Amino acid sequence: MKLKKWLAQPAHEPIRDKKAERNLFARRALVSFLAVIGLSAILFTNLYHLQVVNYDTYQTRSNGNRIKLLPLPPTRGLIYDRNGKLLAENLTFFGLYIVPEKVENLDRTFEELQSIVGLTQEDIANFSKERRRTSRYTSILLKADLTEEQIARFAVNQYKFPSLEIKPYFKRHYLYGEPLTHILGYVAKINDKDVERLKKEDKIANYAGSSDIGKLGIERYYEDQLHGTVGFEEVEINNRGKVIRKLREQPAVAGKSIHLTIDLDLQRYILDLLGGHKGAVVVLDPKDSSILAMVSTPSYDNNLFVGGISGGDYKRLLDDPGRPLYSRVTQGAYPPASTVKPFIAVAGLQENVITPGTTVFDPGYWVLPNTTKRFRDWKRSGHGYTDLNKAITESSDTYFYQLAYNMGIDRLSAWMKRFGFGMPTGIDIREETAAIMPSREWKQKRYKKPWVQGDTISVGIGQGYWTATPLQLAKALSILINNGKVNTPHLMKSVEGSTTEVYQDPLLYDDITEPKALYWDLAKRGMYNVVNAANGTARKAFAGTNYHVAGKSGTAQVFSLKENQTYNAGSLVKELHDHAWFIGYAPYEEPKIVVAVILENAGGGGSNAGPVVRRIMDYYLNIRWPQLHGEGSQSDLPESLPHNDQVVE
Amino acid sequence: MGEKNIWLAVWRRLHIDLWLFIGLVVISGYGLLVLYSASGANEAMFRNRIIQVGLGFTVMLVMAQFSPKFYQRLAPYLFGVGIVLLILVDLVGTTSKGAQRWLDLGLFRFQPSEIVKLAVPLMVAVYLGKRSLPPKLGDTFIALLLIIVPTLLVAIQPDLGTSILVSASGVFVVFLAGMSWWLILIAVIALAGFIPIMWFYLMHDYQRTRVLTLLDPEKDPLGAGYHILQSKIAIGSGGIWGKGWMQGTQSQLEFLPEPHTDFIFAVLSEEHGMIGFTVLMAIYLFIVARGLMIGVNAQTAFGRILVGALTLIFFVYVFVNIGMVSGILPVVGVPLPLVSYGGTSFVTLMAGFGLIMSIHTHKEHFFKGTK
Repeated sequence: MKLKKWLAQPAHEPIRDKKAERNLFARRALVSFLAVIGLSAILFTNLYHLQVVNYDTYQTRSNGNRIKLLPLPPTRGLIYDRNGKLLAENLTFFGLYIVPEKVENLDRTFEELQSIVGLTQEDIANFSKERRRTSRYTSILLKADLTEEQIARFAVNQYKFPSLEIKPYFKRHYLYGEPLTHILGYVAKINDKDVERLKKEDKIANYAGSSDIGKLGIERYYEDQLHGTVGFEEVEINNRGKVIRKLREQPAVAGKSIHLTIDLDLQRYILDLLGGHKGAVVVLDPKDSSILAMVSTPSYDNNLFVGGISGGDYKRLLDDPGRPLYSRVTQGAYPPASTVKPFIAVAGLQENVITPGTTVFDPGYWVLPNTTKRFRDWKRSGHGYTDLNKAITESSDTYFYQLAYNMGIDRLSAWMKRFGFGMPTGIDIREETAAIMPSREWKQKRYKKPWVQGDTISVGIGQGYWTATPLQLAKALSILINNGKVNTPHLMKSVEGSTTEVYQDPLLYDDITEPKALYWDLAKRGMYNVVNAANGTARKAFAGTNYHVAGKSGTAQVFSLKENQTYNAGSLVKELHDHAWFIGYAPYEEPKIVVAVILENAGGGGSNAGPVVRRIMDYYLNIRWPQLHGEGSQSDLPESLPHNDQVVE
Repeated sequence: MGEKNIWLAVWRRLHIDLWLFIGLVVISGYGLLVLYSASGANEAMFRNRIIQVGLGFTVMLVMAQFSPKFYQRLAPYLFGVGIVLLILVDLVGTTSKGAQRWLDLGLFRFQPSEIVKLAVPLMVAVYLGKRSLPPKLGDTFIALLLIIVPTLLVAIQPDLGTSILVSASGVFVVFLAGMSWWLILIAVIALAGFIPIMWFYLMHDYQRTRVLTLLDPEKDPLGAGYHILQSKIAIGSGGIWGKGWMQGTQSQLEFLPEPHTDFIFAVLSEEHGMIGFTVLMAIYLFIVARGLMIGVNAQTAFGRILVGALTLIFFVYVFVNIGMVSGILPVVGVPLPLVSYGGTSFVTLMAGFGLIMSIHTHKEHFFKGTK
């Protein structure tokens, strides 16, 4: 091979200077060794930089890699009624959790899980939604509420799914559902909006391990107390997030329990009593305006919302003509009608628009001075000569038309606001409307039209632009009973954690202090006579009670009649029938409960809402009260109380 | 002959340089220790490694028995076979991680580039060793041609790292043979001019990413920068004294990629700290120094330049591996010599040391007695 020869044997090899070659190599080797030392010095410098100069930084980052804080969600506080009956509890369920980053083929895993735990498309959709919210390498609930059979079947196949695990979790459960929905509200999954709010309020860290948050009612209002404080487990993990060992633990602090002022038995009794009729009932203890019962029908089962309501169920609730989602007690704004007459009376007396002896002749209508515009009285034949007592007892409209006319809207509106109309009551749930106490400014703003005198007249009988919620009426009545002392209606009796906090009245509004006792008393006497006097509008409903009741009926017009039209229930569709109101309290001498009832489209208040109030009072005073407190005192009072009893003054 | 002399004779028959041998044994032992921890106390892997080490030492021992003349004669064939195999790999090789490096021979797969790692310096040393040194311009160019052909064949696999190492192993021979400094300067300038061309036309995207990652690993800490970042964290958190054997959290908890192969240096630095690194470097430098000394004392020009070049390329492996693992060089697949898990690399290196020992121990004894 020529090539080989050429390579191996140079053609003209000169005589080689072996010594020079040796020295040349020695020099080159030395240069090389110096280069080796130089490069080693570079490595050494770099290592010094990493291991000595920046040691702390890398030490921290190394710990950051391996140490992870796993949140320990707190157990949510329980909710009890006023007598210690459990209303909301936490149940343990088992769920299948997944860390999506650890799974190679999600779709295939889902497919396999279909037969094992019955994974549905909805589960997968929920998972995808939840995944967007959570950070990488977080365990996400894939399938909730596993049955024992599903757990067993998964356990057998666990080896196929090394990165999935079954873990217990708590789920809120409302023991009674429907009767308490509008009070308790519910918890549901934390959504994007909640996250945003929690971030803004700097509370997001406390929700690191929580999946649910109070969305409505007590659960929402007392979220901070009920939720508790998140704990942490400091663990060492490997690069796949697997926990190798526990380093430290800071236990979670369970949420505080809440005791409500609600009497569960009363609440359920009232719900049964209404029998599905659209309406609302609120029962207060006038001593402090703690709410004993608060019923809005129709209602719905709040358990539906825990863990996500299905689209179909939600649509059904939204489309229900009975509007079960809204709480009529606090969100239902109805014309208060004649129920407000006692309050207006107090205002009129204090403003000297009327005196206890002021008399108005009622021919069955009232004419706005200098016009021909007539305002009809509910009683077509009229009440004749009517003084204040009779005006309340018989619910004379004419008397109050005149009173409103003389008082004017400004004073009327200002006074009624002091009774709480047009203002939030301050109840400890957020689902509340202030309703409307009309004024000149309000009308200008709302309708861009000036107030006219005619507007004032219907306000005098609680109609026109005026609307109020049942709770506002109960609160106003409570103010009247207490001679102007304003208490905030509330549902929370106490919060019990390591310490017990009893409800503190936030004192949102000033008391009404100016009217003298007589004025308050006159209004109350009128209300006593409504129920007890021979000419009282609600006499029949309360005949034969073994306690004394004071009350006021109201019949709210949904539909305004033309001047010469007659109200004829038979010819009107049900939705346009009058709403029946009744507000009352008992016992008259020493009030223990205030009841406000509205029955939608039920007709006249005295005859329709009155009996409901009667049943509630019977139940509470004769069954609940003796059971809980012992016999109440009984006194003898005449059928009718005169208004000009000088002894009172 | 006394007993002592018998042992001496046996030792001479082994054709081993004691100092180099001690250096290799110590580094292999240290490597075993680190590997046991890096593999997560995997006993099967540890046993394999012992087999690899045993095989490597056997190859060294066997290669030391042949005289340098044998290797001089063998060189062209080995070189030729290497080139043919490289062409074969480029045509029909097995693809792994986007590069064709492996030749599947049914029984086992192997990388022809390992052959040329030895064949190239050997061939160039044979070629230049026959000529008077420093080499003439024409000889230098032919020597460089012998380097460039296999280098390019490896580069198009593509395996940029190995191709650079292959060319370096050849270039060291030329350098030690006494290539003129002017030529070296021109070559350096030419190389500098070549880099942009390589960057824009010859490098693959993943190669460019590696270089960019080196410059700023924090830019994509969970993607391209993950390996190097975790490696730096491992090294840095080792501090001066280290976290202790089997106590490295980065390696034991698997945050460190490939802890038993290319990134084993990070395990060592994490667990044994600056002290462990210093010890490691001391052993490497001892081996390099001993290698260069053997080179200086070699009888023939062929022996000198080959031993010198093999020693230097050994150090280059060390430098490149530690440099990449500690974040000052781009990630190229170069194992830490004699420490990283992997039989091919260990055996190839030990074959090189076998060559060095062969050259050291097969001296013609004309001068014996005159001294």
